[in-house]
Amino acid sequence: MKEKLQAFFKSFGLPRLIIAGFLLLLLILAPFVGADLPTQISNIINRFSWNGILVLAMVPMVHSGCGLNFGLPLGIISGLLGATLSIELGFTGRLSFFAAILIATPFALILGAGYGFLLNKIKGGEMMIATYVGFSSVSFMCMMWLLLPYHSPNMVWGYAGKGLRTTISLEGYYNQALAGILPIKIGNILIPTGTLLFFALLAFGIWAFLHTKTGTAMTAVGSNPAFARAAGINVDGIRLLSVVMSTWLAAVGILVYEQGFGFIQLYMAPFYMALPAVSAILIGGASVNKASIVNVIVGTILFQGIVTMTPTVMNNAIHMDMSEIIRIIASMGMILFALTRKTEATR
Amino acid sequence: MNKKIDFREVLQRSLVPIMFIVICAIGIPLSGLSVGYLANEIMTRMGRNIFLILSLLIPIMAGMGLNFGMTLGAMAGEIALILVCDWQIVGIPAMVLAAIISVPISIALGVFCGSILNQAKGREMITSYIMSFFINGIYQLVVLYMMGSIIPIRHGSIKLPRGYGIRNTVSLLSMRQKLDNLIPLTVGGVKIPVATFLVILVMCLFIVWFRRTKLGQDMRAVGQDMGVARDAGINVERTRIISIVISTVLAGFGMIIYLQNMGNIATYSSHSQIGMFCIAALLVGGASVDKASIGNVFLGVILFHTMFIVAPKAGATITGDSMIGEYFRVFVSYAVITIALVMYETSKRRKKKAAGRELQDLQGHGGDDLRTADLGTL
Repeated sequence: MKEKLQAFFKSFGLPRLIIAGFLLLLLILAPFVGADLPTQISNIINRFSWNGILVLAMVPMVHSGCGLNFGLPLGIISGLLGATLSIELGFTGRLSFFAAILIATPFALILGAGYGFLLNKIKGGEMMIATYVGFSSVSFMCMMWLLLPYHSPNMVWGYAGKGLRTTISLEGYYNQALAGILPIKIGNILIPTGTLLFFALLAFGIWAFLHTKTGTAMTAVGSNPAFARAAGINVDGIRLLSVVMSTWLAAVGILVYEQGFGFIQLYMAPFYMALPAVSAILIGGASVNKASIVNVIVGTILFQGIVTMTPTVMNNAIHMDMSEIIRIIASMGMILFALTRKTEATR
Repeated sequence: MNKKIDFREVLQRSLVPIMFIVICAIGIPLSGLSVGYLANEIMTRMGRNIFLILSLLIPIMAGMGLNFGMTLGAMAGEIALILVCDWQIVGIPAMVLAAIISVPISIALGVFCGSILNQAKGREMITSYIMSFFINGIYQLVVLYMMGSIIPIRHGSIKLPRGYGIRNTVSLLSMRQKLDNLIPLTVGGVKIPVATFLVILVMCLFIVWFRRTKLGQDMRAVGQDMGVARDAGINVERTRIISIVISTVLAGFGMIIYLQNMGNIATYSSHSQIGMFCIAALLVGGASVDKASIGNVFLGVILFHTMFIVAPKAGATITGDSMIGEYFRVFVSYAVITIALVMYETSKRRKKKAAGRELQDLQGHGGDDLRTADLGTL
């Protein structure tokens, strides 16, 4: 029994255990320090629905052995292009959300293909280069947001008449486009059913895909590329496909995030968005080359739980807002831990 | 065959500097800045940054790539400066004392960072990069919550009004440019920080000397091939940790020099971008992930900072919006690092492939199994 327990701890990982324990502690403490538990739970569910798909975007690339997708901002850029163009073209209401997804798709496919092509050239160094591809694309788009000829008065700076604003309100466009579908209210808990269903749909899609022939090939490429090549699988092609999928999911993910949040954030906002998503999936039990849908769901709940719970509970308990620091240490510690595991370090 | 590859390598290595020379050549006239102003600015920035960038050289020698963890040293330097500032010591003695205090902190952080990196061989860069974020969290914990409550801080001018934690900016007026102005010299209107350059010179000599020592040779051997180095009886792990420790300590000194020139510490943001800018500058000078020299450092600082100074003005002239130039220089910094990383990885793969082919030729048809295994790991 003891050995079994030890093996479980070992496979689960100490940092993960600490984080899960910490969240549990917060949940127990919450009522005692006067934080309203239903509101907290409602917040966690809400934030889960915003962020779930961004975390899901990690899965294909991890599966094909491309490592953690630190290049998430590239997909986010495609999503932002879709969002702004959809508004610029005059779509309103819920329709603008689906228009945004539709417009973002070709950008995600093209950028993702280029990104995947690059990653195939530099096998073994994916994560570092992915990080910098993300950074470069975000800072490049900073210039583009100013220069591209957008005209919609709801998006550009009022006095200059050109250049997009840093935050754009989605009121009248796709604010709560998904969350507004069939919301369920139980007491203080508000469940955004539409968003959760949309997440479930995509998650199921990925799960189903991973069980098709191509999906199995993807897992094979990730776990043993030499074997996969010997089995006649087009390794580079599969990797490219996984990167395109990840990029597209990131594009959709940011749109879902925005419909919940209510604003489009441009310029430097996507810069560090990869890190929370990366640490979320790792907290959920994924490793650098292994990830499942369960990891995504568990990880997002745990991570968002900590993000929402720490400020309120900590503030009420010790009148000190250390939440930001705890978040940094927990999430970065988790990524560090995952990077030091010996899982085919060099390929 | 060999010559062809050499030529290609030379071209690849000088591609980034040439690109930058072109950017600067276009940017300088467009910006409308006077030569005197430019020369002054660049001289200041050389004094400010070179020491920091020199701290990157030793991990590169040990084959650990660009040490994004140099931020750790920078944080150690800042903590030391805050303490010295609180003790109200002024001038050069304050800087020396800060340097001394930073050493144990840097060593502790360096050992920690180095041993983590030893567990992540093959992905040192991304690990050291995440490490800098992780330690930044700890740094904030120390500076924002422990200073003033656990670590005694006396003076209200650097403490937050609530009684603990350090203010957003700490003024270093008492040691502002004390080192730069120690030996005043002005040549043709250009102020030269002689003493700072002397310190940098000593540092350069140290690096040149260090390369020739036993330890330096060991590091190079480890950088070439860890397996071979281990067979030769070198303690690979220890050597790698030492290289990171030296880099962290030097980065701490570098940060102190950097901040005495700036004249104040932005407590929570001074260090956050420093790694990125130093690495970008080094790469602009023609260094790569596995090879960097002192020459690269100097050339890099001059080219990178020229671009940095002229970009906003030039951007404003071209597009009528100064923000474009600001974003442009940030974009260029990141793009340079991206290009350098991609070039490094592709050339590494090419070399591996060439080695695999050689092995294949040597073994004829006998070593089929080994060959496929080898190719698979590419």
